[in-house]
Amino acid sequence: MPRQEECLYTKEHEWVFRDGDEIVVGITDFAQGELGDIVYVDMGETGRQVNAGDALGDIESVKAVAQVYAPVAGEVTAINEDLADSPEKVNQDPFGEGWLVRMKPANPADLDALMDHEAYRKFLEEEGH
Amino acid sequence: MPRLAVPEPPDDLEPELRRSEPPPLPELSETEVLRHFARLSHRNYSIDDGLLPLGSCTMKYNPRVNEQLARLPGFAAIHPLQPEETVQGALALMRDLERFLVEISGMDAFTLVPAAGAHGELTGMLMIRRALLHRGDDRRVVLIPDSAHGTNPASAAFCGFTPEPIASDERGQVDLAALEARVPRGDVAAIMLTNPNTLGIFESDIARICELLHAHGGFVYADGANMNALLGISRPGDHGVDVLHLNLHKTFSTPHGGGGPGSGPVGVRGELVDFLPVPRVVEGEDGLLHLSTDFPRSIGRVAAFYGNFGVMVRAAAYILEMGPEGLRRAGEDAILAANYVRKGLEDVLELSYETPTLHEVVFSGRRLEKETGCRTLDLAKRLIDHGFHPPTIYFPLIVPGALMIEPTETESREELDAFVAAIRAVVEEAHRDPETVKGAPWTAPVRRLDEVKANRQLVLRWEPSAD
Amino acid sequence: MLREIGAASLDELLAPIPPELRLGRPLELPGPLSEPELLEAMGELAARNRVVAGKDSFLGAGAYRHHVPAVVDHLLQRGEFFTAYTPYQPEISQGTLQAIFEFQTLVCQLTGMDVANASMYEGGTAFVEGILLAVRQHRGKRRRVVVAGEVHPWYRDVLETYAANLDLVIVDVAADPETGRVDPEAVGAAVDAETAVVAWQSPNFVGVVERTDALAAAARGAGAFALQAIAEPWALGWLEAPGKLGVDIVVGELQALGPAVSFGGPYVGMLATRKGMVRAMPGRLAGMTEDVEGRRGFVLALATREQHIRRERATSNICTNSALMALAVTIHLALLGPSGITEGARVSRAHAHEALRRLAALPGVRRVHSGPFFNEFVLEFPRPAAEVASALAERGILGPVPLSRFRAGEERRGLFAFTELNGPAAIERLVAGLGDVL
Repeated sequence: MPRQEECLYTKEHEWVFRDGDEIVVGITDFAQGELGDIVYVDMGETGRQVNAGDALGDIESVKAVAQVYAPVAGEVTAINEDLADSPEKVNQDPFGEGWLVRMKPANPADLDALMDHEAYRKFLEEEGH
Repeated sequence: MPRLAVPEPPDDLEPELRRSEPPPLPELSETEVLRHFARLSHRNYSIDDGLLPLGSCTMKYNPRVNEQLARLPGFAAIHPLQPEETVQGALALMRDLERFLVEISGMDAFTLVPAAGAHGELTGMLMIRRALLHRGDDRRVVLIPDSAHGTNPASAAFCGFTPEPIASDERGQVDLAALEARVPRGDVAAIMLTNPNTLGIFESDIARICELLHAHGGFVYADGANMNALLGISRPGDHGVDVLHLNLHKTFSTPHGGGGPGSGPVGVRGELVDFLPVPRVVEGEDGLLHLSTDFPRSIGRVAAFYGNFGVMVRAAAYILEMGPEGLRRAGEDAILAANYVRKGLEDVLELSYETPTLHEVVFSGRRLEKETGCRTLDLAKRLIDHGFHPPTIYFPLIVPGALMIEPTETESREELDAFVAAIRAVVEEAHRDPETVKGAPWTAPVRRLDEVKANRQLVLRWEPSAD
Repeated sequence: MLREIGAASLDELLAPIPPELRLGRPLELPGPLSEPELLEAMGELAARNRVVAGKDSFLGAGAYRHHVPAVVDHLLQRGEFFTAYTPYQPEISQGTLQAIFEFQTLVCQLTGMDVANASMYEGGTAFVEGILLAVRQHRGKRRRVVVAGEVHPWYRDVLETYAANLDLVIVDVAADPETGRVDPEAVGAAVDAETAVVAWQSPNFVGVVERTDALAAAARGAGAFALQAIAEPWALGWLEAPGKLGVDIVVGELQALGPAVSFGGPYVGMLATRKGMVRAMPGRLAGMTEDVEGRRGFVLALATREQHIRRERATSNICTNSALMALAVTIHLALLGPSGITEGARVSRAHAHEALRRLAALPGVRRVHSGPFFNEFVLEFPRPAAEVASALAERGILGPVPLSRFRAGEERRGLFAFTELNGPAAIERLVAGLGDVL
């Protein structure tokens, strides 16, 4: 399980963890708290090529649906199949068992544009959270 | 069931296509069925029980005589495919209703086919799309205010359009400056507006908005969900809008039926008349009324038959009962009732906008939540214990913790006073005893239901238990 | 009230509406009418429509006259049901929500499907929504739609209207003109890897029962979904449940089980499918859950599919549906039970067969198709069917529906429908009447 300090972050509240030449993507603790009880996760299919900012999939609570966006361009290599039956893992353990997808970035240097943990913490403060 | 008194026909069908066993429907006596549904009915709150203040839903009294009229055999027992000369009364009623709606709205012509508001939106946007293509114009952007009902973007998307939100300004109206910057780019097919909007605020720039769209080759679609505020007072057609749908199950008193059926006639002006769906009622050279499909530019059929005729009967009857003065009175009284409620609550709830409102008013529950920890949802649920159906909540989306109240002209001053007193009592309780409010409702047939469980462990039908 | 508000006059409350946008004159409308005047005026309109007893109506083609027990309309007239709003506050809408849940259950029991929604507007739009469900379930990657055989021409028209801007390719496979059936092999040849769905109607528009099992196999063989439309749901008292024959989506019109024919509406559309497709479904769904004290209760489930939450990405734009008509169907099916619907289907079919035997014996009259039928068939006459229908109407008999109302080239053909109401005496009058007018 990645430690939050080791992750990179987007302004849409996704976290990104480098794992060899792949990355793992999830949503932050702040994001799961905003959504409330998550009842469904749909991250689409593996093998897709996506651009940075493309929709990776949807996370649904009872009365809201949030899109998850690709933090960088690349290929979706795996999705967390366990969430089909246990979407609550995103609430309970957003940085661990609640991970969403694995991707292979098209250009690893793209990750440099993301925020580090300290920058994300400041970003949250500035947003008034 | 009549006893079989003719020979049993031959088994001419492949055996595998014939039922192997009867469908596993329940087996009940008539008494059991009657009691079951009578008991279910006791677990509903309806407009017959009291004020039902759902904003933008216009829950007004449903006149009983209209129910009787819709059930006359001359209306209920006629088949849509009888020879046309045998349904001249039905066709005349449709023609008359179309004329009434034309006069009330200021539009040029109507189709009565759409079965509901969203169906009307789809029909209207299909006409706009077809008219643009007829000009050789493939523009796709449809501007939709951030206060709009969710059906607007969904309907636009179904017609191949790309919805784009347009912000509201500090008045709670469409931001005209933003619109003036956006529309001249030339890719805007239409704007979809509700007027008065979902905040109950009249879009006072509507004429300018129409001019702007028209000057740049676009159309103005008006969602008539809130037409009750304008009855006999002001007509969208005179504002310059090109398409307008009405909800007969809101403005024209036909019952909601627990979620339908409704009827969403669509009015159009100018060049769009050619694109109305078929069939249309026309008078033939033989002096008879006909259902005609002979409109080459029409978008086609949007339903198999001709719309919800039984709902049309009720709406036509309502208009005849009310007459021109009565309709205007309804509009004025609806505005009066909403402003009375606004005045009665504005010192205990936070108004979303200071701008004057017409037939509905939207409060924000944000301040109450900060002060007491009770959310808008809690307030709504506690209102049930005080004997009232809650208002629309959490809509429009631009108001935090919105409470959207539309009392309609139906309600007496006494009922309005009781409603205002109930909300004030709940607000007072929220300060004094927030836990009681948060746990509400306490007196309804069930307490708060576990929606997370309902969505995580889907049970969407009864199934015989495994044991 | 004005004094409380602090307004000098009503006009002050109308101030937000700019004076130049006010009407400034009374509406030019008739009325007001008192209740007796209204009854008289509307009664006059109603009287200008020809009403015949149910037994003397032989009209179908998507709307059917069956007997509906008095209990159904009695319950429908309870204000608690018909003056209620959409059940957005579940704690005080348990009556409506449980009734929807029961409707979903009964539709599944009738069709053999896993899950049904709370209703669509009517048959034509349900047909389209079913096809769009199939396209969505393929995540939009397959955009070809095969329409097989004699689907109701007006359902097919609605599909054309809706599909105009949706980037779909619609391919029609014609029925065999002799049998009235579509050939499953011809359908199989038309299905390819781009095909999202194969859609047919059975019993079809000309009354003939299709090879549902073979058509479903043809669809599934190429990875497409199989969709069956049904316009006369009483047929399901005789025909095997589509769910047992490989059908993925069942859509159609349930008017015959509750709502009056009422000149075309309000009716009630049905949409049922398999479990795996539930998140792509359009429309409302009631789900079972419990309250904080563990008592059973019902709520609207999977609302995130719908327009008020997902907005332009919603599975459909539908909001208001046909809840009260769905309630009528629910009550009626509960009264009928397994034996009622089976017996009603048996009697309706027997009446149709007996009538065909008698009518086809008239000189110059023949049935057009040879395929098996339930309660409807097409006859060809020596003269235009529209003239036959008008002449019979003069004699107090309604039918047939001339095919000229739907398409050119079949002017001498008309469609007859029979239900449990059209007993031997009525058939006798029809035979005599038709003999007179030919």
